Amino acid sequence: METQSIKFGKNLVTTEEFLAEGHTFCTGCGEALALRLACKALGRNVIIANATGCTEVCTSPLPVTSWRVPWIHTLFENTAATASGIEAGLKVLMQKGKMPEKDIKCVAVAGDGGTTDIGIQALSGALERNHDFLYLCFDNEAYMNTGIQRSSATPYGASTTTAPAGKLSIGQTTWKKNLPEIAVAHNIPYVATASPGYPFDLMNKVKKGADVKGPAYVHIFSPCPTGWRHATDLAIEIGRLAVETGIFHLYEVEHSRYKLNVDRPKLKPVEEYLKTQGRFRHLVDEEIARIQEHVDEEYAKLKAKVACFAA
Amino acid sequence: MSKRVGLEASHAAAEAAKMANVDVIAAYPITPQTHIPERLAEMVADGELNAAYIPVESEHSAMSTCLGAAAVGARTFTATAGPGLEYMHNVLYVASAMRLPVVMTVANRALSAPLSIWGDHSDAMSVRDTGWIQVFCQNSQEAFDMTLCAFRFGEDPTILLPVMVHFDGFHLTHVTEPVILPEQEEVDRFLPNFHYPFALDPDKPMTHGAFAPPDIYSEAKVAQEMAIRKSKAVVMQAFKEFGDIFGRYYHPVEPYKTQGAKTLLLTMGSFSETAKTVIDTKKDRGESVGLINLRLWRPFPFDELRQAVKGAETLIIFDRCISFGGPGGPVSSEIRSALYSERERPKVASLVGGLGGRDMSAKDFEYVIDRGREVAEKGSEELYETVGIRDKVSGIRG
Amino acid sequence: MTEKRLKTGSDFTWRNLEVGNVITETGNAALRRTGDWRTQRPVTDVEKCNKCGLCWLHCPDAAIKPLKDGYYESDLFYCKGCGICAKVCPKGAITMIEEQEE
Repeated sequence: METQSIKFGKNLVTTEEFLAEGHTFCTGCGEALALRLACKALGRNVIIANATGCTEVCTSPLPVTSWRVPWIHTLFENTAATASGIEAGLKVLMQKGKMPEKDIKCVAVAGDGGTTDIGIQALSGALERNHDFLYLCFDNEAYMNTGIQRSSATPYGASTTTAPAGKLSIGQTTWKKNLPEIAVAHNIPYVATASPGYPFDLMNKVKKGADVKGPAYVHIFSPCPTGWRHATDLAIEIGRLAVETGIFHLYEVEHSRYKLNVDRPKLKPVEEYLKTQGRFRHLVDEEIARIQEHVDEEYAKLKAKVACFAA
Repeated sequence: MSKRVGLEASHAAAEAAKMANVDVIAAYPITPQTHIPERLAEMVADGELNAAYIPVESEHSAMSTCLGAAAVGARTFTATAGPGLEYMHNVLYVASAMRLPVVMTVANRALSAPLSIWGDHSDAMSVRDTGWIQVFCQNSQEAFDMTLCAFRFGEDPTILLPVMVHFDGFHLTHVTEPVILPEQEEVDRFLPNFHYPFALDPDKPMTHGAFAPPDIYSEAKVAQEMAIRKSKAVVMQAFKEFGDIFGRYYHPVEPYKTQGAKTLLLTMGSFSETAKTVIDTKKDRGESVGLINLRLWRPFPFDELRQAVKGAETLIIFDRCISFGGPGGPVSSEIRSALYSERERPKVASLVGGLGGRDMSAKDFEYVIDRGREVAEKGSEELYETVGIRDKVSGIRG
Repeated sequence: MTEKRLKTGSDFTWRNLEVGNVITETGNAALRRTGDWRTQRPVTDVEKCNKCGLCWLHCPDAAIKPLKDGYYESDLFYCKGCGICAKVCPKGAITMIEEQEE
């Protein structure tokens, strides 16, 4: 089959769809787009280990599958462990001559639930053991597939079903867990953050992570119209706004050296980002100010790290 | 030349994994299984065994890692005990339903709470329904033999199921016993290379682990049940082939001097050997007794069990586990159920003991048989009785 | 020739399910008509289109296909009508219109 590419400036993007059309992701899903692009960056020589979640459910209702690459789902909490087995299995089988030497990358795909909460132990273990695999976290900031329950990646002030905004609560009362920094703390060769609002940056990072020898972690911001309560056509815009307001940082850490990919001399006010989504609608000015303060602090921290550990 | 060496069951199991040329070992240490991963780590570090040794960070990950490795066609091995088996409980069901032939040795250990590192069968009994093929061992030789057989059972292309080999924590894992280690050539003859027909491969992409809506889940489960039922014939065939090559023949149900015996005792694991000495003693005294060692636990050997108890008046079943609030000893409840449909069947008595490392001496088994006979004849106030539990301060047995 | 249609669970008995429920027919989801979902549909004004391809790039459903002449066409079999293409088009060449009852 002839594979073609479409040129966007210096970026060449394959027309091949490794994720088949006809999946059941929501209309306008940011994760679906991020996944589609990531698959294009990865190509066909991969084996994907997928956690339970939006991606898994929207792509594999027996007997139908959206996958055109080898793919395995086992449970919610063990993606990195399953991936570890795939990686080690391939390596030893090739080394023992029990299978032909082939270029195959093991890729773990999980949501924020399967990464920052129930899956964090397996992830930490796999990163520490230095498996040669790429871990992609598609972060839609809650357990979206099961109906918008909170995760530790849910941002402060967001309303979810298990931490709802109400008379006595503003919703999420804790700050978003910083998984990219936890990955950095494991001293792995490559950590990056990405957003579908910057599609070429996303694809380049996924490719870079796949090419790394050793563990790589890419955290992908995934706007969710259903859970974040925004219009179905806004995923890309929100994916950009998050970076422009400093809500989400776009950066890479290669062997502990930091590089900021998008740096604005002045961040847009967070309110511009928050007002696009119904999950923040209940927030009063005081809370928005608190969020602004936290965002400014976190951005300053990151800039300090970039200056201190410059790539 | 095969050689006779002194080995703990742990080391015997490790030797079997080595001779089976496993590809991937993913294990987490837990007493009393630790000698298994330790010995394997040593073998890999010294180049004695060419395998990927993955020191995972939990038992849950141990089983998950084995799944991933099996799914790309690697021969996988792990080991655990007690709470470790519980920690991977979720993943056990996945392994069998996804038809991934992982082999796991379980050093049978009591479950917390209270914490006990010592042996009993509560861990094994908690995984009855997980869909794994399961066998029990009486000694170190069997730990070696059954581990080898496990690869043969599970990897059979008509079966493809994971297999558990149970042997008693401490009583077997930490006791050196004579083991005959075969020649590598003999093992290679017994155990063909593993070929997984659905291996994850970019040249032939497949989707594993799709979720099942209600309109198909039931069919998936029935297909799984049919597979484990079919595995019984493969187990029998493998036992025969094993015997033909290595000279030791195993059976799902192993009667010991049961011919014409009025009273039968059924045990599993290392205690069978202790109980057998009691059978000999009692027979010398002219008592009509015999023992059944239950080896194959899953798939349950209904035909063989029913055949073995034919003609006996009393069947005493000794359990090393309590099923709280339920019918007492899990093994006795399953056997009662297996015999229920028989027009003629022995009276069944259920006794439970040997919990959390509480030893059962020959004298204790004499009590089990004597009391079991009494219970079968005259009945008991209890649904099942316990052995060796201190009830009154004076320490009266019973 | 039998027309291919999306498989469902009811097509299988326990006997003909693949071992381990493995799906060997890659990408058979492509038979699913997700176009039934939409309440609005994209319409492209070719005059305004500069063939940049950003609509194709940003479609979460791969429901925009590249044409031989370099233009792009919405695949209404799959298009869920999210409107992202209209939003990202730098030339405003795509408009979302309400789906009519047929």
